[in-house]
Amino acid sequence: KQALARQPEVMSSSKPYARLGDVAFDKMEKINAELLTMTYGALVTQLIKDYQDVGMVNQELEKMGYNIGCRLVDEFLAKSNVDSCATFQETALVIAKVAFKMFLGVNCDVTSQSSDGRRFDLYFKDNPLTQFVELPPKCADLDYSNILCGVVRGALQMVQFVSEVKLTKSELKGDTGTGIRVTIKEVLKESYKDDDE
Amino acid sequence: MVVYALWVINKTGGLIFDREFASGLPELSTNAFLKFASAFHTQHAIAAQLSPVPDCKGIEVIEAECFKLFCYETPTAIKFIVITDSTVQVVDSLLRDIYQLYSDYVLKNPFYEVEQPIRVEHWETKLAQLVGEWNV
Repeated sequence: KQALARQPEVMSSSKPYARLGDVAFDKMEKINAELLTMTYGALVTQLIKDYQDVGMVNQELEKMGYNIGCRLVDEFLAKSNVDSCATFQETALVIAKVAFKMFLGVNCDVTSQSSDGRRFDLYFKDNPLTQFVELPPKCADLDYSNILCGVVRGALQMVQFVSEVKLTKSELKGDTGTGIRVTIKEVLKESYKDDDE
Repeated sequence: MVVYALWVINKTGGLIFDREFASGLPELSTNAFLKFASAFHTQHAIAAQLSPVPDCKGIEVIEAECFKLFCYETPTAIKFIVITDSTVQVVDSLLRDIYQLYSDYVLKNPFYEVEQPIRVEHWETKLAQLVGEWNV
């Protein structure tokens, strides 16, 4: 009689996810990265002209990202072949190694994670959005890549995770790369109300 | 091997797409399809709750004498339902391909509102092509 307690396998290595990310990235249709950089830059410039308020532009970028994320998650799930995540550690790795690689082509790392897994930091260099960009002094508080935060939040929302996603590091503000902090606040579960009185 | 029809059900149980690819199914009104879709959505949820198997996600296959019904529920709670004849064994790749077409042609269409009935020409063309390969 085998009495082996089955330990949940902890993904200490991100290699399997990195491979999934590479495979998914290879399959994706590619566009010129500079086209993306220029288009996004034009978009942000126009938003600043329209709103004249950096705080509002940050919010708007996040909102736009959220709408993108809500749709993008299905493309991600359909094309990446990832299984359901069993732990928040896996969630973080899937976002960093598979999703960011697949859509932005960047090598993203999970640099830290809280013990319950609900709060984690993502970090990557060579953000395609910020190439050639310099922030003028009056836009010093602009979260230029905030659209990415919205995308992550929207995507998580569609798989029932309510989260808060913030930009923590930016190449435009003196850091060496882009840092994003994700905090999963709530996991929504379908509840069926009992109709019998 | 025949794929008769595809249904797509949104996360609240509403039928957002139904298309017949081969004759053989009974003629029914749109209302009847809407009712079937809601009923299936509920049964799918109940099955997940009732199942003695741990981690059950819901109904995957219904086998009957003259047809089979396959259901794939995405992590975003969209269900793709394919009705085939009883000779078909596995349609995993078809369901995956349909999900990819949905993510490319429906979701990327800026005029399509999520959760609403799907009326996207490109998607229908690509779908017809894809199922056409199965119905050869």
